[in-house]
Amino acid sequence: MFRKLLAATLVLGVSAAAVAAAEVKIGFVTTLTTPAAVIGRDMVDAAKLAVKHMGGKMAGLDVKLIVEDDGFRPDVGRQKTVKLVKQDGVDFLTGYIWSHVLLASRKPALDAGKFLISANAGPSPLAGRLCHENFFSASWQNDQVPMAMGEVLNQLGVKTLYVIAPNYAAGKNIVAGVTRTFKGRILGRDFTKWGKDAQLDFSAELAKAKASGAQALFAFYPGKAGGAFIKQYAQAGLEKSMKLFTVFTVDAISLPKFRKAGLKVVLGSRSTHFWSPDLDNPANRRFVADFRKEYGRYPSFYAAQAYDAINLIRAGVEGAKGDLKNKDAIRAAMKKADFGSVRGKFTYGNNHFPIQNFYLREVVEDPDGNWTSRIVRTVYRNHQDPYAKECPLK
Amino acid sequence: MDTALLVTQIVNGLQLGILLFLVASGLTLVFGILDFVNLAHGAYYMLGAFIGATLARWTGSWPLSVVLVLPLVAAIGAITERLVARPLYGRSHLAQVLATFGLILVIDAAAMLVWGVEGRVVELPAWLNGRVALPGGAELPVYRLVIIGTGLAVAAGLYVWVHHTRFGMLVRAAAANRDMAEALGVDTARLYSAVFALGAALAGLAGMLVAPLTEASLAMGLEIIIIALVVIIIGGVGSLKGAFVAAILAGLVDTLGRAWLDDLFKLAMSPEAAETAAPAVSAMSVYLLMALILALRPQGLFPPKTRGRR
Repeated sequence: MFRKLLAATLVLGVSAAAVAAAEVKIGFVTTLTTPAAVIGRDMVDAAKLAVKHMGGKMAGLDVKLIVEDDGFRPDVGRQKTVKLVKQDGVDFLTGYIWSHVLLASRKPALDAGKFLISANAGPSPLAGRLCHENFFSASWQNDQVPMAMGEVLNQLGVKTLYVIAPNYAAGKNIVAGVTRTFKGRILGRDFTKWGKDAQLDFSAELAKAKASGAQALFAFYPGKAGGAFIKQYAQAGLEKSMKLFTVFTVDAISLPKFRKAGLKVVLGSRSTHFWSPDLDNPANRRFVADFRKEYGRYPSFYAAQAYDAINLIRAGVEGAKGDLKNKDAIRAAMKKADFGSVRGKFTYGNNHFPIQNFYLREVVEDPDGNWTSRIVRTVYRNHQDPYAKECPLK
Repeated sequence: MDTALLVTQIVNGLQLGILLFLVASGLTLVFGILDFVNLAHGAYYMLGAFIGATLARWTGSWPLSVVLVLPLVAAIGAITERLVARPLYGRSHLAQVLATFGLILVIDAAAMLVWGVEGRVVELPAWLNGRVALPGGAELPVYRLVIIGTGLAVAAGLYVWVHHTRFGMLVRAAAANRDMAEALGVDTARLYSAVFALGAALAGLAGMLVAPLTEASLAMGLEIIIIALVVIIIGGVGSLKGAFVAAILAGLVDTLGRAWLDDLFKLAMSPEAAETAAPAVSAMSVYLLMALILALRPQGLFPPKTRGRR
């Protein structure tokens, strides 16, 4: 009896493997629990929409999306990556919201010869000395968005700045980015506790910022901490004395909540980014319209990146004519970045990070009363991250 | 040093301490009087925030929703006491920890089904959103002072209740010797249920109060429960006075650490190193405080004289 069962199991296993060969397996590691789950949901929704838009197929192969939750923790993200590589035998790994999770997951993915595509995080080591031929970014390098913001601050004639950001890899990169381009003086910098039990009460830091007498405040707080930060900024009465500039803080995820709560202080607030829902190109018009129809809300930049990541994978698979063993052909096709990106045309640098435009966006009310972002002007054209020269890839 | 900044930071520290006290007081009551470890205490904190946010939207009045939240969360506390806690009184703490950990998962999942993963932003009425000027040039958000006032009133109320009312006397009697209290005709089952519900309501109040500062979100219960446990350990498990002193101490240490540790470190190391080290150390400061106090006074600051049946 036991032998029969064993034989049956083996047969089933073999046939499952045979079926598996005819599909493209994409492991998608993101955050589905903790309050950051809203980000993960937006990304998974966008990835599903991308698969739907391509009729569920890449080069005639079925697409199988396997979603895993990193629980906002690097150790868990790494475990899930190993699971996707070893147990599910995925061909591509993507998702990855958090820089520390991506850095922890990098080795098991790349050592196994898989393609790793970040759909958000862009930590500096991966753009510089740890760059890898099988790693691609579908987003940006962490420093770039705040570098654009530093430029904007110069243009506005801001002379003194106070900086507050969370204490983790991306927080450091973002602060380094704004410091690199801002020409005035930075009067103080605070890094706050981040992760599963992140600090959400910023009273001490806001009081220090106020006492510093800086003209402007720069902050980076993705997810729920952003809402808390902006509310406390307003409650502390800093709007008049110290203008707030943020990156990755006011987005399509937080705006509906702010609107419901009547938090008008965010209307007109400005941030820099590589993408905006009103960016005018055919891929973006279709993505935004269908995302809104399907899910009843504006897509966030996280969603835009996840959508692009799936389309980048498709470009690779189709470049290799569906031959998933032919890694060189897949890599060469992805490097061309020849697909309908929602950000418009861009190219890849030697480190496989996009060379792309960055825009200044502001928060506006759309004709239906929703709050969304609109492009004010282009800050950088075809901008490359500052770490590319440290990367030995050609 | 700038006096205005010092005053502001001390008030910020007090406000954090008061919120910790509201959560820790319920936890220490249940632990000290019922000898029951309730890890799910943070769930009432989260429910208070979510129910408060929903009621504030429905009624359009934030103060009204505060009043309505308390009996609701107390009722949820009483129901969970009957279903989960009561069968486990007198059992090992491990069994209680396992059961209440399960309760956290159940309540979190239920909250996710009801409210979704987004969290809820709570907007304050305009009169609470203002600021007041203090002597010395400091200017403080009214709402933070409201939190401090509420917490102090609750602390005073609890003190009077435990030490100067008949009900408080019965609670103390049952805590000291449950069998004897029962023999004298005290309905301890009802008494325990009431204490449990009160603890839940206090945590719910804290959640309700913190929601306008941050927001109502799924993980907030887990975020507060560990630090609340630290507070009751510092204060002496079961002691309300200890919980109060320890909570204020923890609030001040945490806030002042965040405010000045980097300046302090800059005296001894490079600015870059100080900027990196200070947040890491200030995140640990409350735990360092606990380690220090446990080394000097292993029973905590104010161990209660009677501690239930051991």
